[in-house]
Amino acid sequence: MANKVIVETNINGDPVELLCEPRQSLLEVLRDVLELTGSKEGCLTGDCGACTVVIDGRPVCSCLMLGVEATGKKITTIEGLAAGASLHVLQQKFLENASLQCGICTPGFLMSAKALLDRNPNPTEAEIRYSLAGNLCRCTGYDKIVRAVTDAAAAMAGRGRPAHGTVPSETASGMAGEMLAKGEVK
Amino acid sequence: MAASSTNGFRVIGTRPIRHDGVDKVTGRAKYGADYAFPGMLHGKVLRSPHPHARIKSIKVDKALALPGVKAIVTAADLPELPDKMEAAGEQAVNLNHLSMNILARGKALYDGHPIAAVAATSPHIADEALRLIEVEYEVLPPVMTVEDAMKPGATILLPSLRNKEDGADKETNVAAHIQFKRGDVAEGFKQADYVIEREFKTAMVHQGYIEPHNAVGIYNADGHATIYCSTQGSFVVRGLSAVVLGISEGKIKVVPAEIGGGFGGKIPIYLEPLSVLLSMKTGHPVKMTMTRAEVLRATGPTSGSTIRCKMGATKDGKIVAAQCWLAYEAGAFPGSPVGSGAMTILAPYNIPNVLVDAYDVVVNRPKTAAYRAPGASNAAMASETVVDELAEKCGIDPLDMRLLNGVEEGTPQIVGPPFKRIGFKETLEAIKNSPHYQSRLTGANRGRGVASGFWFNVGLQSSAMVNLHTDGTVSVVIGSVDIGGTRAAQAMIAAEVLGVDINDVRPTIADTDSIGHTDVTAGSRTCFATGWAVYEAAQDCVRQLKERAARQWEKKPDEIVFENGTLSPAQPGGDIKPMSIKQIAPRLARTGGPIVGRATVNARSVGPAFASVCVDVEVDPDTGKTQILRATIAQDAGKAIHPSYVEGQMQGGMAQGLGWGLNEEYFYDDRGILRNTGLLDYRMPTCLDLPEIETAIVEVPTPGHPLGIRGVGEVSIVAPPAALANAIYHAVGVRMTELPMSPPRLLKAILKKRAAGEAQAAAAD
Ligand code: FES
Ligand code: FES
Repeated sequence: MANKVIVETNINGDPVELLCEPRQSLLEVLRDVLELTGSKEGCLTGDCGACTVVIDGRPVCSCLMLGVEATGKKITTIEGLAAGASLHVLQQKFLENASLQCGICTPGFLMSAKALLDRNPNPTEAEIRYSLAGNLCRCTGYDKIVRAVTDAAAAMAGRGRPAHGTVPSETASGMAGEMLAKGEVK
Repeated sequence: MAASSTNGFRVIGTRPIRHDGVDKVTGRAKYGADYAFPGMLHGKVLRSPHPHARIKSIKVDKALALPGVKAIVTAADLPELPDKMEAAGEQAVNLNHLSMNILARGKALYDGHPIAAVAATSPHIADEALRLIEVEYEVLPPVMTVEDAMKPGATILLPSLRNKEDGADKETNVAAHIQFKRGDVAEGFKQADYVIEREFKTAMVHQGYIEPHNAVGIYNADGHATIYCSTQGSFVVRGLSAVVLGISEGKIKVVPAEIGGGFGGKIPIYLEPLSVLLSMKTGHPVKMTMTRAEVLRATGPTSGSTIRCKMGATKDGKIVAAQCWLAYEAGAFPGSPVGSGAMTILAPYNIPNVLVDAYDVVVNRPKTAAYRAPGASNAAMASETVVDELAEKCGIDPLDMRLLNGVEEGTPQIVGPPFKRIGFKETLEAIKNSPHYQSRLTGANRGRGVASGFWFNVGLQSSAMVNLHTDGTVSVVIGSVDIGGTRAAQAMIAAEVLGVDINDVRPTIADTDSIGHTDVTAGSRTCFATGWAVYEAAQDCVRQLKERAARQWEKKPDEIVFENGTLSPAQPGGDIKPMSIKQIAPRLARTGGPIVGRATVNARSVGPAFASVCVDVEVDPDTGKTQILRATIAQDAGKAIHPSYVEGQMQGGMAQGLGWGLNEEYFYDDRGILRNTGLLDYRMPTCLDLPEIETAIVEVPTPGHPLGIRGVGEVSIVAPPAALANAIYHAVGVRMTELPMSPPRLLKAILKKRAAGEAQAAAAD
């Protein structure tokens, strides 16, 4: 009895036919069957976001989905983020802001950030932090990642980037940022 | 914010894009788990479900009979090693214990201890095979806390551990007792007007790197093995795997993959020798990766601890005596960082009378590994909150208290020679002058706390090569893995010396056959020591370039000057035109052949690191939840090569310290089983939990280092838990003495304080 199933899907703009076992996660299929190892495994339980891909416009933990569920879907992985030889503005801003240290979380953050900016091109810092809260980074303390996403949104909208190394109150972060904005903390 | 300057430097102090960046933002960079080879098998580890048990038998026949299973190994397949210490990175390891941690022999000593390993044609089949291995255990009582382990009559983990103090020779769980002394503490406390004494408990926490451990082992019929893995030290993997496997070191080549975080936890070996052993048995490459649960159960954590700290100060704020008692959980085998806890706990202060006792205690928990300034955060939680209390008693600002008692150049260390030039007080001044500390914090249940941290840093050995190519570009070859901008910093140092553009330098990390010995990427040593080697290797290139020019111009090498990438005669004149590297490079073949600069260092003059931090919090008195409103860190970097990555180390370490302070904790149940084996329950800070972390780089050059570099990787984690505790006190008036200060713990303390207040009020009525 055949163990494997044929899956027809679309990955990074190309139609893909693949064979996988029903028990294989989408992450495993991407990495081990298709050799798209840019999506990373940090937990397999949906807690770290390193495996994030964009499916039909939404960020999804590919470790929480089976490969067979990819049938008929449009999937973008980190390998499909750059347009040919030129980097996506998010990738460029991650590099300029030194937003990665070890880089293992980077593909997942980029995909979550892409999904965010695709549906909300002008997010507040609180919205950025909220949207990225499903991605864990243990190296950076997140500051430079949030800056890169802010910068990318500004660049995509044709605005200048906020000066590096300054702390304008509207970019001070999270709850603290909102409190600052409301004048609750100085 | 970054106060770093480019004074006198062309490249150093700028912020170029890292050379491995494009690979890492496109998913092309290969981490250990990304390797695949033809015919590759997948390995999995069977782990003990008991924290303490005698292994009576292991039956593998059923598992071996499963189609697709190719081999199963147990400790019987490894040589039994002697009880002997060998250096490995920041810590020395006992070979017998090392081997017993790879595969349990005789006894399982923690929940998750490896018992056997399987190789099969797919990871799923390997998993199924694990369930078919039959292990008979005799369950023994677990010993989970230092208090229980130190009790007379405690269950013994390792019969080979002996207590020989006072002429006795008894079984014990105390692997070491360390003591430091200065002056006379009893006399010292007599001079004190205020004495504070507190007992602290800190929970076991994990480094939390996002990438689980991995290894691919390939053993060839000619007796040579290759290991691909994510590690902080490829030479450590080679050396220790050879010992565990009983083969000679030269027969193993380690190819370091990109590494997805380590923080000390990827210095030890776990899967590497198993992957080779399974490859030996099967003749196939064998890939092994851990699940997150395996990472949490069986790798890395750093010690939980019990610490007593007593300090006395005179009315005017001078600390006159301090006595500390520290006991750290080593895990199942000796080697907790209690020694560095003991050496760092009072290190920032010049205290005339000191007595420190420290105990390394084995318990039925995973063998602990280094974690960023190992042992220092636990210790600082104790001393830095006691200093805060003393400052309050004396009515002195907590930063001024630290300035008054802080060490500086010439202050004798408690252990070791007097400090050379250090930047402790500069970090305190930087916090004092920061926009954060200068701002006013108002509102109910809000408080501000400061604290400082010290870390030694290490030097150790590094090798580097700098190759000049015929187009005038340069490659830099090092043996230190890139855990957070290493390539960029090393390339910048070479570019600075050689006067070439940063984009004309390509940094490469070599395998263990292709570069001289290089110690671990740890101990805040890489930029310092490997950077030193790259600096010297680049200087070696310059020396050779001068020789070439001298020959061409018929002069002596010392009559040639090299400046900004251009060679020229010291005495201008004649028709000699200066030559740039770009001009001379294509002519190397005609002027004596290739130029390869080489250097090795065994760096000794290490500059210790200091950081001071400030945090503002708001506590919800009804739930005990602490929200961090603002956080700032000032750290001495000696000389910041790439300020963005220095800031990154400061922010990253601080984020880990804040997680340690508020949330992170290993939960063992009463049977000694780890209950939070996933990242939902072992909850590390997300970007919603943290504010922006503001940074102030202080630059007090390390004497002796050609660029003044000071390691920056670790000290940032030391002070945050204590700063949080101080901030929480100033917010709600309770002194927290347990980590983490999670909502239930903090709420309990708040309610206790409230009840005491009500009782007092009732008594007064
Ligand atoms: S691997 Fe999918 S969320 Fe962690
Ligand atoms: S850069 Fe290492 S986990 Fe984010």
